[in-house]
Amino acid sequence: MSTKLKDLVKKPQILSGGHRLCAGCGAPIAVRQVLMGMPDDIQLVVACPTGCLEVSTTIYPYTSWNCSYIHCAFENAAATLSGVETAYRSLKEQDKLKEDYRFIAFGGDGGTYDIGFQALSGALERGHRLIYVCYNNEAYMNTGIQRSGATIMGTWTTTSPHGDNSFGKKENQKNMTAIAAAHNIPYVAQASISHWKDLVRKAQKAFAADGPAFLNVLSPCHRGWRFPMEKTVEMAKLAVQTCMWPLYEVEQGKWNLTTKVRDKKPIEEYLKPQGRFGHLFKSSPEVIAAIQDNVDREWEKLLRLCGE
Amino acid sequence: MNSLIKTAALVGTDAVAEAMRQINPDVVAAYPITPQTAIVETFSQMVADGLVKTQMIAVESEHSAMSATIGAASSGIRAMTCTSSQGLALMWELLYIASGLRLPIVMPNVNRSLSAPINIHCDHGDSMGARDSGWIQLFSENAQEAYDNTIQAIRIAEHPDIQLPVMVLMDGFIISHSIDRLDLQDDTSVQKFIGSRNPAYSLLDSQNPTSVGTFDSLYGYFFEFKRQQEEGMINALNVIQEVGNEFGTLFGRSYGLFETVGMEDAEYAVIATGSAAGTIRMEVEHLRSSGVPIGMIKLRSFRPFPAKQLAELLSGLKAVAVFDRSDTFAGHMGGPIFIELRSSLYDLEKKPLTINYVYGLGGRDLSEKLVKKAAGELMETAQNGFVRQTVNYLGLRE
Amino acid sequence: MTWDITEIQKWDWKKHPFGGTIKDPGNSRKFKTGGWRAFRPVRDENKCTQCLICYVFCPDSAIKTKDDKIIEIDYSFCKGCGICAQECPLDAIRMCDETKEQS
Repeated sequence: MSTKLKDLVKKPQILSGGHRLCAGCGAPIAVRQVLMGMPDDIQLVVACPTGCLEVSTTIYPYTSWNCSYIHCAFENAAATLSGVETAYRSLKEQDKLKEDYRFIAFGGDGGTYDIGFQALSGALERGHRLIYVCYNNEAYMNTGIQRSGATIMGTWTTTSPHGDNSFGKKENQKNMTAIAAAHNIPYVAQASISHWKDLVRKAQKAFAADGPAFLNVLSPCHRGWRFPMEKTVEMAKLAVQTCMWPLYEVEQGKWNLTTKVRDKKPIEEYLKPQGRFGHLFKSSPEVIAAIQDNVDREWEKLLRLCGE
Repeated sequence: MNSLIKTAALVGTDAVAEAMRQINPDVVAAYPITPQTAIVETFSQMVADGLVKTQMIAVESEHSAMSATIGAASSGIRAMTCTSSQGLALMWELLYIASGLRLPIVMPNVNRSLSAPINIHCDHGDSMGARDSGWIQLFSENAQEAYDNTIQAIRIAEHPDIQLPVMVLMDGFIISHSIDRLDLQDDTSVQKFIGSRNPAYSLLDSQNPTSVGTFDSLYGYFFEFKRQQEEGMINALNVIQEVGNEFGTLFGRSYGLFETVGMEDAEYAVIATGSAAGTIRMEVEHLRSSGVPIGMIKLRSFRPFPAKQLAELLSGLKAVAVFDRSDTFAGHMGGPIFIELRSSLYDLEKKPLTINYVYGLGGRDLSEKLVKKAAGELMETAQNGFVRQTVNYLGLRE
Repeated sequence: MTWDITEIQKWDWKKHPFGGTIKDPGNSRKFKTGGWRAFRPVRDENKCTQCLICYVFCPDSAIKTKDDKIIEIDYSFCKGCGICAQECPLDAIRMCDETKEQS
């Protein structure tokens, strides 16, 4: 399948304008790029857990989705979608449905790493043919910037504030991509909206997978990360260039680095432009060093897994 | 009667599984919990043996069971699940979503107490906790009724004027695990009776891609949607009766919103539901045969609550005793059936005196002796013309 | 299905579809978000090489195309975030003050 823009641009726009996500939001960029990887001649059902994307794209009586869509609750997008996918298989087996459908969930990191973790794990283990995309902005943004399991150490959020006794979030983020890979499903990948071609190719593979696929897509939130709104793609790019957010895939159990970073930029270049890390530069330089250590350690680990 | 009947001896869970086999739903998503587990086990075997077309999802929790059932039902097909107790409690937020999305999901719930302390035996605290979740709730007295209710529930839920989920209730262990004699209809008659589902919308309708579960903001229409739901419940009062009559015409066992014994000449009455109705009926009939003017109402439909119908029946009676297998913990307000019934009687000119008996929590047996005691107090209340104690705990160690 | 919602605020409770379902896919096109904009992206057609990078990064599906060419920026939806101008490899898009552009 092509990843040439001249071809991708001809694909139908599944997400219409008129949604009410913030100007400069990373989430719809992730959604649009993933859906550029959708095969032709299929129907789509999208599921969203509760979150920014959900509340902003389906404000009754308006929907931005040019396909079927379901929101049920916060922690259960994967379970809900597994019900839809099973209903589809039932109708297919009974010869009651002609069209071919694909099923895709778009959840934030809160709905994926935290509250939706169990339902996601269950759906991946049961082997439903669905794609789960985490549009990851590293905190609960819909409720106003609270820490999640995806928030990196040192980050200021409203529930991990910095103060005399705090440098921000104390704990490292969990590695959700690796956890998804541990389910031994056909396809898992980590991607970034800045590297669109890599992302579209991964989406194409996810759509083609004969079973569950999981995509963890870095989708910065300028409101929560505290940077100017036109820099959304730029921040995602810096995350890749500093190896804070490496791009890789796990295809049928095989780990593969999809973007090789030759000259890893120091982590300060990523942290400095973001207000959520501003306090570290004033009062906690040791935390910056610790973040760099974590990044280096995880990067080395990944290189080994990918046989680099 | 066109339908063939097979008489069988089955435990309640197998009677429900048999009804599910005959309904032959497209999707079942379920999770095991005592005392419902046997339904999932029996039905899984039916799937494994190719006796149904059903796609079964063995989910990782009741929360996901109801979520997957909602996803499947939103896809225009027939989807079922079943649960008990903590499982129902874990589904709680989704119960409201199922009814809010107007999905005709049928779910047998084997009534069991809610923790703590943990107890696996019967009371109605689980389903009563879900009484305002917008689900129709039908109680069963025995395995026969659990079987019949499960089949009728499909028709009620999917009725175009209702489109609401239905919970079929049966007492844990007392019904679920006791062998009972019951009549089963033949598969063809059941299929003909339930017909096919005609959904209001479907995610898999390629001509009409549909957004389900949209967001309603402050200046939106939430109030309007909730009023629509209440209309469905109001309509259910008639539809439950109609479906019950049709079931009776076809299969010989008629159902309504409630069933009565001797109410035509009763001066006082007892109201009960579930398996206890059998014990209570025995005592009522015994008293009636010795000339006591006592009657009985066995409540089948708790949601919708047949307030008007009950009030008409009870107008002019001297006293009514209500048996509740759960408490509301509202500060001596009594059980949920009692509260609803008292509210139903409020506008009557000739109100009966009312007494409440909370009994059987955590599976404590309701013996004949206890029923006799309550019946005696009811008669005494009627004679005295006043209530000595409104809320009473029957069978409690005091 | 095209769904007429012009009078929806006057509808009584009976008129709404069950459960708030919407069978008019993508009808948010009727909801214009262009009014949010403080700065307007203006494309210089002489500089633009039709590389389509702006199309890939636009969060609001506001880069209008025909076949494989950009025809215009759809100001009904563009919220003026400026990502297109920031990411354009040829600086062919500049952000202009919305109030001045309108006058």
